[in-house]
Amino acid sequence: MKKSINILFSLVIAAGLVSCNNGNDRKSSKGQGGLSTNAAERVYVAPGELDEYYAFMSGGFSGQLSVYGLPSGRMLKVLPVFSQNPENGYGYTEETKPMLNTSYGFVPWDDSHHPDISQTNGELDGRWIFINGNNTPRIARIGLQNFKTEEIIEIPNSAGNHSSSFITENTEYVVAGTRFSVPIPQKDMPINEYKGNFKGSLTFISVDQETGRMGIKFQLIMPGFNYDLSHPGRDKSHGWFFFTTYNTEEAHSLLEVNASQNDKDFIAAINWKKIEEYVNNGGGKMVPANYAHNVMDEHTHSATSTMLKEVLTVNPMDVPGAVYFLPTPKSPHGCDVDPTGEYIIGNGKLSADLTVHSFTKMLDAIENKKFDGEAYGIPILNFEDILAGVVKQPGLGPLHTEFDEHGNAYTTFFISSEVVKWKVGTWEVLDRQPVFYSVGHGMIPGGNSRKPFGKYFVALNKITKDRYLPTGPELTQSAQLFDITGDKMELLLDFPTIGEPHYAAAIPAEMIAKNSRKIYKLAENKHPYASFTNADAKVVREGKDVHIYMNMIRSHFNPDNIEGVKVGDKVYFHITNLEQDFDVPHGFAVIGANNAEMLIMPGATETLVWEPKEVGVWPFYCTDFCSALHQEMQGYVRVSPADSDIELSWSLGED
Amino acid sequence: MKKTLTILTVLSVMLFMGCGDGEKKKDDPYGKPASTEQAKPVSTVPASQRVDLTNKGIGPIKNVELGETIDMEMAAKGEEVYNMNCTACHKVDKKFIGPAPKGILERRTPEWVMNMILNPEEMTKDDPLAHDLLLEFNGSPMANQHMTEEQARQMVEYFRTL
Repeated sequence: MKKSINILFSLVIAAGLVSCNNGNDRKSSKGQGGLSTNAAERVYVAPGELDEYYAFMSGGFSGQLSVYGLPSGRMLKVLPVFSQNPENGYGYTEETKPMLNTSYGFVPWDDSHHPDISQTNGELDGRWIFINGNNTPRIARIGLQNFKTEEIIEIPNSAGNHSSSFITENTEYVVAGTRFSVPIPQKDMPINEYKGNFKGSLTFISVDQETGRMGIKFQLIMPGFNYDLSHPGRDKSHGWFFFTTYNTEEAHSLLEVNASQNDKDFIAAINWKKIEEYVNNGGGKMVPANYAHNVMDEHTHSATSTMLKEVLTVNPMDVPGAVYFLPTPKSPHGCDVDPTGEYIIGNGKLSADLTVHSFTKMLDAIENKKFDGEAYGIPILNFEDILAGVVKQPGLGPLHTEFDEHGNAYTTFFISSEVVKWKVGTWEVLDRQPVFYSVGHGMIPGGNSRKPFGKYFVALNKITKDRYLPTGPELTQSAQLFDITGDKMELLLDFPTIGEPHYAAAIPAEMIAKNSRKIYKLAENKHPYASFTNADAKVVREGKDVHIYMNMIRSHFNPDNIEGVKVGDKVYFHITNLEQDFDVPHGFAVIGANNAEMLIMPGATETLVWEPKEVGVWPFYCTDFCSALHQEMQGYVRVSPADSDIELSWSLGED
Repeated sequence: MKKTLTILTVLSVMLFMGCGDGEKKKDDPYGKPASTEQAKPVSTVPASQRVDLTNKGIGPIKNVELGETIDMEMAAKGEEVYNMNCTACHKVDKKFIGPAPKGILERRTPEWVMNMILNPEEMTKDDPLAHDLLLEFNGSPMANQHMTEEQARQMVEYFRTL
């Protein structure tokens, strides 16, 4: 067998050599170049072997965060974040419902865009990953020990939370900028009075370095432009944050035309350290607000939602020298900073060129007050004074740029559907490869940090068309993996993704795999309805509420026979999984439940509500094949008429 | 029919083996389960009635010296650990999901008992007695509750009081 594999590989490699088309043949219109190389070998992770990187890909309009292995492109898990997930009960169980609470009430869906892994000294540290909810502005923190959404904070005064969630280089702040400017505070007013009256908020959320807990430190209230994407300064530019803007025209209708009038929009450069100092000295204005802060407690296995009632706002006019505008051609989309922190790339999506600003020149222009007017009192720097260089005509529709550790940049081009590699500093185009089709973000592991791991580039594509077997009008989304270790980028693999993948973040597997939790310790379970022993297993009535303290282990529920429940009762199944071994979750489902099932991890307690509507004897069962006796893992609840006088009783293994 | 049963048995045994992941290969950072092997033939004598006071089982426990008298303090701790982690499947004096611990030390060595607590996956796979017990108890797996050796030792002391 092994011999035949060797022969196979030799054949493949030989074939690759013979038919070598230098991997850069743009005529191969469907990009099948991978077939003529040993690409298969380089993405093949043999059964039982593990991938080299974790890739966290935004779930787009699924609202979730998906976890892939690279280079195999195998999906490992979908982590529920902003959307309910009936697969494990997230957003359905009593413990997790508070995670999706907002000032608008329970919001069970969002549009998740930009995951970013926590950093220390500008390098990935693998503690947490953050992601934004775009539609109902929220930021989530997912712990990379539990691979679980541990916290969600709503962003007030924001709408279309798109230039988010990007983090400063010691994870001091997670930053969330608004794409849609709105009246701040919200009020009833004519839409056509937008100009000058709508505002854009840029929110700096502090992160506790021990617990990861988030809290809004301040909101900078900016002119009513669209704040599209953002990136923190790195290394020498640490302390600054850069936001691309479009619609500096302040159009409120037909933006397709009306927001594309100005020759240049801006990158807003924010000296957040200066504002932080201002705020720490009592600056800013506390204003009324209403936003949810939801936190999952690892020991009670339960989330709480707290409504916060005020937020500190800062008017940029009050902090001189903290905010400048860098003119940047044609509605820049991605805003990217190279690993040295010197270069700020404006990916002007309607421009044919890429504009690169110099941080050093920017500081010099500020110091020498080389301004070219102002916008709403904010100084505009002179374009020529701060320009580091231009990548000339690299393609059409530049969106995003990532970096490797060798001074190369990789920019995605949506319209011309390609990835272009260019040299930072000389601005020379080194390579271009077609992408199938219409790439949005690109991602290199650590490629937005001070320390990229430049082995792979992942293109996150907007259009799939004919790349997979058709599945009716609605297709999967798609990613493509390139090897970028050589002079030329080499397409290795296509793989499907969930939702629309926007940004992604990846990290070497060994940095987090070793920390991945296996079980929750029963001894640390502080859930108020946990039951650990036969003596704890019980059923308690409180009016119409019936609380079942149940536990489970391979392969039975305790209790598994319950009588005395009545039509009209609200039954809470509080179930504790007593297993203390890795990969032995149990599931729970009960007939006619109007919510979902729930999956209970070893050592955890979860609660599902069931409201029986009919008299009868109704079964429940374990949904996750747990042992050879899994099919025996079941029980019954007897539901009697509302006026029945049958007392509550419960049992396991008794006649 | 008999053949099908044997195949079924082997299959289900293999399934149980795949359940846990207590053992890690030293060179494997992410804790993959060890490869499974075909089970040995089934004995006809009920394993729960067999007496074997020499077999120490397979696992970390090689030698245990029981004191002349029962250490009641240790036994009390063992009772607490037992009640918290084991009663979902074991009743003290009668068969439940698994066998009763009462009288266990008249049939098994303390080392065997502790290895069964600490290393159930390998025990039910490679220790003939433990393997037969698994089949006798309908293939209901002995859950690895990840006890410490100290806790397992405390439980042995508790079992001496039963």
